[in-house]
Order: sequence, then C-alpha cells, then structure tokens
Amino acid sequence: MDLSSFSAHQLIDLLDRQELSAADCVGYFLARTDDQNPELNAFLTVAHESAMDQARSIDQRRQRGETVGRMAGLPVAVKDGICTEGIRTTAGSRMLEEFVPFYNATAVQRLLEADAILIGKTMMDEFGMGSSTENPHFGNTRNPWDPQRVAGGSSGGSAAAVAGGLAPLALGSDTGGSIRQPAAFCGLTGLKPTYGRVSRYGLIAYASSLEQIGPITRSAQDAALLMEICAGHDPSDSTSAQRAVDDYTHQLDSDIQGLRIGVCRDHFGTGLDSEIGVALQEALNVLQSLGAKLVDIELPHASHAVAAYYVIAPCEASANLARFDGVRYTRRAESSSLDQMYSRTRSEFFGQEVKRRILLGTFALSSGYYDQYYRKASQIRRLVKHDFDTALAEVDLLVGPTTPGTALPIGQWEDDPLSMYLADVYTVSANLAGIPALSIPCGTDANGLPIGMQLQGRPFAESTLLQVAHQYQQQTDFHTRRPD
Amino acid sequence: MSCEKATIIGLEVHVQLDTQSKLFCGCSTRFGAPPNTHICPVCLGAPGALPVLNRQALDLAIQVGLALNCEIETNTKWDRKNYFYPDLPKGYQISQFDRPICANGYLDLIDPEAHFADRRVQIERAHLEEDAGKSSHDETGAGGSSKIDLNRAGTPLLEIVTRPDLRSGTEAKAFLTELKLILSNLQVSDCNMQEGSLRVDANVNLHLAEGDRTIATPIVEIKNLNSFRAVQRAIDFESERQWKQWQEDGRTIDQAAKQTRGWDDESGQTVLQRTKEDSADYRYFPEPDLAVVHTTVEQRETIGKKIGPLPSQQRAELISAYSLSAYDAGVLVQQGRRFVDFFETIARPLDDGKLVSNWLQQEVLRYLKEQQADIDQFPVSTEQFIAFLKLIQSGKLDTSRGKAVMQKMMEQRLSLEESMEQLGIAPVEDDELAAICRQVIEENPDIIQQIREGNTKAVGNLIGQAKQINRNVDPALVRKQILNFMKTG
Ligand SMILES: [Zn+2]
Repeated sequence: MDLSSFSAHQLIDLLDRQELSAADCVGYFLARTDDQNPELNAFLTVAHESAMDQARSIDQRRQRGETVGRMAGLPVAVKDGICTEGIRTTAGSRMLEEFVPFYNATAVQRLLEADAILIGKTMMDEFGMGSSTENPHFGNTRNPWDPQRVAGGSSGGSAAAVAGGLAPLALGSDTGGSIRQPAAFCGLTGLKPTYGRVSRYGLIAYASSLEQIGPITRSAQDAALLMEICAGHDPSDSTSAQRAVDDYTHQLDSDIQGLRIGVCRDHFGTGLDSEIGVALQEALNVLQSLGAKLVDIELPHASHAVAAYYVIAPCEASANLARFDGVRYTRRAESSSLDQMYSRTRSEFFGQEVKRRILLGTFALSSGYYDQYYRKASQIRRLVKHDFDTALAEVDLLVGPTTPGTALPIGQWEDDPLSMYLADVYTVSANLAGIPALSIPCGTDANGLPIGMQLQGRPFAESTLLQVAHQYQQQTDFHTRRPD
Repeated sequence: MSCEKATIIGLEVHVQLDTQSKLFCGCSTRFGAPPNTHICPVCLGAPGALPVLNRQALDLAIQVGLALNCEIETNTKWDRKNYFYPDLPKGYQISQFDRPICANGYLDLIDPEAHFADRRVQIERAHLEEDAGKSSHDETGAGGSSKIDLNRAGTPLLEIVTRPDLRSGTEAKAFLTELKLILSNLQVSDCNMQEGSLRVDANVNLHLAEGDRTIATPIVEIKNLNSFRAVQRAIDFESERQWKQWQEDGRTIDQAAKQTRGWDDESGQTVLQRTKEDSADYRYFPEPDLAVVHTTVEQRETIGKKIGPLPSQQRAELISAYSLSAYDAGVLVQQGRRFVDFFETIARPLDDGKLVSNWLQQEVLRYLKEQQADIDQFPVSTEQFIAFLKLIQSGKLDTSRGKAVMQKMMEQRLSLEESMEQLGIAPVEDDELAAICRQVIEENPDIIQQIREGNTKAVGNLIGQAKQINRNVDPALVRKQILNFMKTG
C-alpha cells in the first residue's frame, strides 16, 4: 500500500479496522523518511526507536481489546520549536543543539494521550524567525513540489514532511504566517488558531502575544481532527481561553448556503501574482456556487500591519531569547569572564536573522524609543483588530490570498530580509488581531507550484473556516494532488 | 556659609511574601533547602515554559496595600524588566511597571519619646515581582567556578517605595520598624533580614535652603543595608558626607549623576559602586504571557476584613481603654498582635492596665527574650496569670515574693498553687492578719508610744515582728492595719 498519499482519516480507518498495524504504519513512514529526508531535509530529528516502541505497544493494546485513543497508531510530525520530553528540541538553533526537554508541550501531551505517534521533529527557521526554512545551522528544507525551491517557513519542515508523504499530518506554529505560508507553498491545509485556542505551554517562544500552535494537514477534515485533540484550556498557559472546544468534525458537513464571505479588493491589486489572483477568483466562484454571498469589505489599516508586526515581534523576541545566555541548558562558548560568556555564546550560537531581530527589538524598546516604536506598533495593532471586528460584524469570514507569490527558489531571500518581511503582508494581520486563519490549496501556477487561499474568521470561529474549507474541498481536488 | 540643611530620604523595601508556592509556579518557597531542589521548568526559565499567577501572592499584596492606606489597582498588569544576570533565569524579571497593584498610600509615624515630629510618610507604590536566584562565587581567588542556586528564583516580592518624606536616619529606622510590625501582624512575611526576606535600599540627598532658594544635592542610592541600625547609620553617614562634598565641590542634583553606594558596616562608611551613566536601561514592556488581573470591590473588601487593627489603632486603644502611657502602649504593641491580645485578655478582668503592663514588660518580656521565644510559647496561661495578679492586686502576695512565684511558673512550668506551695507561700486571710497586728501592738507598748510621738519609722520594727509570726504577711498591709488600729484604738 502506498500510504504516503493517504489522509489521516483514511489511515485511522485502516488502523481502527486492524487492516494496518501501528507498527507497519509507523514503519512505513520511518522508511520513507529514511529514504527521502536526506534530500528534503524536512526532519531534524527522527524518533525511530521511541516511535516503533510506541507503535508496538498500541498494537498490543489493540490485540488485547483495550480501548485506544482517537489517533492510535497515527504518525505525527512536530515542529522542532515545540518541546518533546526526551526528544531533542532545537527550535532550529545551534544554541539548543543539545537541548532535550524534560517536559512535553501541552499540545504534544494531548497528542500522546490520544495515542498518536511522534515520529520526529521537523525543520524550521531558527526560532521561527524566517519564511523559508533556510537554516544557517541545519541546512535548507526543500519543497517536495520542486526541490530547488523553499518549502516556506518557519514551519517549512512540517509542510515538507506532509507534502512529501513522510508524515500524514504535522504540528506547526504560526507567529506571522509560519503555518499558512508553508502550507500554501506545499499545497496543504494549515490553520493558525485563534490566540488562546491552543496552549502555548512548551512552544519555545519567539513572539508570545502573536503565536499559536496549529495543524498542517492534507485536508480540512484532518485539521479538524488535530484541533479537536490539541485545542482547549490549559491551566499552564495563562493566555489560553477558558472556553469549550467546538465539535469541528461535526460541523464540517453543514452547507455554506447564505454564508457571507468578505473580500478585500485591496488584496487583489498590486503586489499579488496575477496567477494567484485568477486562481482565487475561481475559488470564489466555487464558494458562490455553494450558496455563499460575496461582500466587498475594507481593512483600512492592513497596509501598516507588516510594519507593526516587525516591531512587536522583535521586541518580544529580544526578551524571549534573553534566557539563552550560556548559563543553563544551552551551549556555552569558551570564555574568561561573564560578559564574554554572554557575548561569545550569543554571537556564536545564534544565526544572522535571529541576531538581527534581537537587535531590532532591543533598540525599539530602548529608553527614548519605546513610544516611537513599541507603543505606536501597539496602537496600529489595535486599529488592525478594530478593522477585523468591523468587517467580521458584516460577514462570516474573509477570503483572500495567503501569499503574494508561490514558492521561491532557494537563496532568493538570502541577502534581502526586507523582501522576506514584506511577503508576510497577507498573513501577519491575523496574528496581530488574534483571529483564526486558514490556508488551503486552490490552484497551481504555470510552474505547477501550489497556490494558497486564506480564510480568516471571527475569534474562536475555527469551525466556520474548517467548514468552508471542507465544503470547498468536496468540490475541488487541489488538496489531494501530490508532487509528481 | 549659613543655610538650613535638610536630609531628604526615600526608601525602597523589598518584602518576600510568605506564600506556600512561588509567584508564577507551584514550587515551594521554603528557605534553606539543598540548592536547586525547589525548581521546575517555569522558575528555571526553561524554553517553552510559561508563568501562571499565584493568587495568594496577589491577595497578600492587596492586604499590605490596604494596611498602608493604598489605592488598589483594579486592572493591574505585568511587565518584563530586562537585564542579564546569571541568577536571573529568563534574562528578564516579571515585575510591574505602570500599573502596580498598590499606589498612593501612607504610613503615619509618631514617636512617643518625641525624637522627631509626627510624620506622614507617603507610599508611592507597592508592586509585585519575582525574586532572582542566588549566585555564589569562589572568593579564594583560585578561579573556582561560580555556582547558582535557583531555589529562590520566582519567590514573590513586594517592593514598597516611599516618597522622599523621611528626614533622618532615626526616622527611617522608625518607619522600617513600624512597617515590619505591620507586616508581621498581617503574617504576610517573616521579615527576616538575615535570610533576605526583607531588603532595604535608601535614596538620600540634601536640600539646602539659602534665603528663599532651595538647592538639592545629587541623589545617592545606598545598598547592602543588612539591618535597620545599618540603615540609620548609613543615612546619617551619607548626610554628613554629602554636606562635606557640597562644601567642597558645590555640585547640585543637575550637575552630577545619581550614584549607587554600598554600606560597609565594619568601617561605617558608604562606598561608591556605580554612577548612573553605566546603569541599565531595563526596557520595560508588557508581559505577553500573563493577562491583566482584575480585582473587584468584593475581593478588596474580603481581604480588608482580614487586616484587623493596625499598630497605631492598637496604641490608641491601649491608651484610652487601659489608661496606659504612650510609652507603655508603644512597648506592648511593638511585641506584636498576639502579645497585645495576651495583655488585653489579662487586663480586662483585672481592670488595672498599668499593673498588667508592668508585669508583662518586666517579667514576661525578660523571660521571652532569654528564651528567644514569642508569646505563643509563653508557658503561663492567661487564666493562671489573672489568678496570680489577683493575689498581687489584693495584697495577698507581695511584689518581691510574687516575682519568685512567677519565676517558678515560667521556668518550671508549675501552676500558681504549686509554685506558692514550693515556696511555702500561703495567702494570709484578713482576720489572721488582724490578729497578728493586734498581737504585736499589745506586745510592744513602747514602740506604739514612739509612733504616737511621731516616729513613724518605728512601724518597721512591728512589721518585722509580724513577719516572724507569719512570713506570708504583706508588709504594706501590716503597716496599714497597725496604723488603722492605733487610730480606732
Ligand atoms: Zn518552579
């Protein structure tokens, strides 16, 4: 059986009916990873032994007729910025090259409690700071659709693993588009949940007020499953919402007749690749044919979102990364004084982009600059949120592009961080506003590269986004297409 | 040069709050455990770990705020204070910058001995923050490694900041003494300076008035103050030093940077540590991992009910209800709330505050000091104490023999009856005393004659004889009775 093209739901069916053992399932994906990872570089760490042990134990429990979890035997890949007990977690940084957490992130713990099998940790931009998973310490992750191109980032390893069939589904994290953009580049479904929907406990922080853990999958249906497992209040995360989790799967099948879809025409103008514009228009037609109504809306402050994001995120990062000082659990450079230990450790083990953002953030928070940068960015953030509140009072969700273009050739952004930042133009707003946002494939460009469509909804209305995505995926086959 | 010189002092007091667990994690706050045994991912600053507020710490902070007449912030928030130090695990401290839990309060200082005028000290703010760990370095110079103990990291601290309202080392010491008394009475902190659960920094400068012009000298922050006495001495030293400095260089607050000086207790001097140019920019910004905390009126009222009478109220109460002097009331209240309770339980039925106060101040305090015990550990129950003082009050037991009885009660933990029996003391009944007095009058007509002629000292001889008949008689009562009988014949 070629399991690599199966969705998580199809695999769970086979596993539940015991037509496929967990050991065979996991064995298959591990073997495929061993075969393809050297080229794709999707995984930083593959947990061969623990995954096989876990799989065999699930098979034994099944044979004994014991109840098993909802994801029993299903392999899952987890972004390396999410802590996994006993499995090295580097966040893509040389700094944490030898860090083995002694606790699981809550999202991981919930996966394990559902008997999912953790097959490995996926590549990412260092600490999530980047949009291409071109990692100065651990190499570039390649896009399975075209190995000369990036898989996107920062959750590029998770996207490449799922698109390449090395894992049926994966967890990523999204600070400014880090789930949605690689999902778009790799023809996958990727959801950034509402801020507070999924616990951040165990997510190595880049920008705490912006980021969420979320699913990267082959379908909206698989994303719904992963959300049902991982979402929900966590007493260990003070910012997690005390609010029941919807039955996303149940709502997938509701029709979207009469649903009001907002379209921001500004997002279809300059800067957007024309092929993406065409694909999106066709997708809107499909949604219209399903009974949705299109409404023009405006997001007047959206054009300032990238600027605000690139102040707030580095400010938070400058503090979040201060703990990597050579004193505990990180690597430590040879030094003869305390100041030297700090400067050498941080100079040697952080990459360029991380240092750039730490410097940006440190500067922006400095005495005399705070009002000009952090405070102003926070004000813009409130305006961006207000724009969404206003628009989403009129419509049920917004539809637009995920990215201005499709996957770029490797190396394109190497010396041009500003272009890389600007490519986040459609995704950062949802992080600033804390609303849920989903990317699904809606076409391919002339090079055969996937195009992503972004759905943004009201806070905690993940169910609406997943429902619309699922209904769309019932009418189209973009999500079932595989590279080659 | 002729001018009026005033020393201007503001204090920053860090109080470790006596919670079961740390401010943002479940680890124990117990002092003295082996290094790095009370730690978890959160207080280690492990990647991915997140803080969760300990509501008990917030409640204690509110309690202190209310006791210091502060306004309690209804939407208090958290901020990151960024600086690098090896015992600061996250590279930032979670603190409160612009919306501290308590602000705009005051504490009134009244010195019964009038060493200084009554003074209201404004409390600018009191905010919560997490403590850092402890570093220890190889001080032999052999280049050994430095060690870090993170047991203390994350322990809740309340930083109380006064306005520059204090005017002398004596006042500063009085303020700290009163503050400590309030905190101990509230049981929010053990205020142990040796264990670091109470730490004080003082900001000091001079205001010099020349005619209608006031000049301020540069502000100095004094650190390393390890006792209230050190605070007092350091301020007095610094006041003198700044005066000399001013006479030498005439530099005002605008012409010199703020200095940090450390107090050296041995040499009795402050020593320059750093000037403001090389002090840190803490780059405060809102802590994104913690939500704004809303406090409600009901919550504040519930906490307010737990506060009980403050020391100033207790002093006033003792003075008016028991007719104590301000000095006596001060001494009793200074011993803490439970000591005052002990006093009141005894003084109420006896209706003689002064008598009770004297016995407590002399015998009881002496005993507690010797034993290094507090009133909860005092071996004599209030019932026994009342029975004892009733004997004293009625004259059935005289003061000097009373002290011997109390000694036995305290030290051998005997009951009142047992103590008196062991000492061979039996109270003398009224008719027995009368009989003894009549006997000595009859047997000593000469002495009676001397007394009648005005030699009142001769009564002493009769008292001596009375004591030979029964050594338990109270000399004062014998004197009174004899004189009485002589009058009535
Ligand atoms: Zn802890």
